[in-house]
Amino acid sequence: MTTITNHSWVAMLERQWLSHKRYWYLISLILPSLPLVSAYLAVHFHQGAWFWSVVPVGYVLIPALDFVFGKDHANPSDEQVELLKNDRYFARVLYCATAMHWAAMIGVAYVVSHWEWSWAAILGAGLSAGLINGVGLAIGHELGHKVTDDQQTLAGKLVIACCGYGHFIVEHNKGHHKDVATPEDPASARFGESIYRFACRELPGTMVRALKLEASRLERQNKRWWSPQNEILQQWTFTLVAYGLMLYFWGMVLLPYLFLAAIFGWWQLTSANYVEHYGLLRQKEANGRYQRCEPKHSWNSNFKLSNLFLVHLQRHSDHHAHPTRPYQVLRDFDDVPQLPQGYFAMFFLALFPPLWFAVMNHRVVAWAGGDMNLVNLDPAKREALFQRYHQPTSGSQE
Amino acid sequence: MSAYQCPDCGYIYDERHGCEHEGYPAGTRWQAIPEDFPCPQCFVREKPDFIALTDHKHDGENV
Repeated sequence: MTTITNHSWVAMLERQWLSHKRYWYLISLILPSLPLVSAYLAVHFHQGAWFWSVVPVGYVLIPALDFVFGKDHANPSDEQVELLKNDRYFARVLYCATAMHWAAMIGVAYVVSHWEWSWAAILGAGLSAGLINGVGLAIGHELGHKVTDDQQTLAGKLVIACCGYGHFIVEHNKGHHKDVATPEDPASARFGESIYRFACRELPGTMVRALKLEASRLERQNKRWWSPQNEILQQWTFTLVAYGLMLYFWGMVLLPYLFLAAIFGWWQLTSANYVEHYGLLRQKEANGRYQRCEPKHSWNSNFKLSNLFLVHLQRHSDHHAHPTRPYQVLRDFDDVPQLPQGYFAMFFLALFPPLWFAVMNHRVVAWAGGDMNLVNLDPAKREALFQRYHQPTSGSQE
Repeated sequence: MSAYQCPDCGYIYDERHGCEHEGYPAGTRWQAIPEDFPCPQCFVREKPDFIALTDHKHDGENV
């Protein structure tokens, strides 16, 4: 009797949460407002250290709040999905976020250039804006998948241009989603690879892949690389013009700020790519094609708060299974690989490779049933990793 | 003229319209599309996965 009452109570709470959740997505607007608040406080208190305040919010406060608010297992019903997926409200929230992200970049640039600051303060301003640019990339990621919707594609390109990652949409949709969880994918981390080694492979690898993909598209259209239809050049140009205008009107003092804000934004994306598929591997089938990307090929995290901030990017298995599915209807599954914490905490953990390996390696080994042949291994450490972890059991993945 | 549908996202390649954005102009026959052609909407299904549509199924909507 008590169990039944508890179940109906939980079901009622979940229904309530799902109906309120649409408004909770508005907190996507909070993070891009933080660099503005930090800049205001720096001016108000004449204290450049305030510029730094967004960094601990991202790496410490949000993980702590994730812990407090817990997980979100509620999935919309099939009828709700039908209503939610075509509701334009959810795209409009992201358009507002796009505007906020540019307001943050420009607002902090104004403050950095109009008052005297130490180099340490400017470093903090750049890292704070960069961390938030990483969140902007999550918004741009969501929008950039809606390739048949011109409005959402445009907003995606604009928000991604905040940190000049103009090759992202081409690279991510056509490259990463195709090759994910294979050794061929520069944006899938290998077992035993630290985030720093991964970054050296990922940053140039994804850039080259994007340029090749766009070049082959333009070639099929009989257009040249230097063409106004080159979508990568369009986005890079937008960033260059925006940054150029700020530098021209507000001075070269902005150069380190803009550089840091862009590069640290890129670093957040590198962090996301690092944690999303670490060690997971798709097997090759007899016909030479890789098996389809299945829910078991992505790491998920289902913490309520970070999922709102990142518009369900952490429900990553469902995203890879159905890349065009809008964020408001992405589902949580019980039987998919789960990270122990939300992305914000995992990004911080990844900065310390021994800790990352200690937390994650045994999870990958368990996922593969101890069979290292089923893991996406760092080839440089192949033998050592086999020696240390290879102990296949009958409960193996394949 | 025939049409082929992506089994994941519901995108339809219609030979009458082709896929201009990816460089396949209107009228490009399905046979002329390379085998590794990815669905230009979800990019996670390729040409061999596509399902041939008969005319009455043409109005299929996106999933």
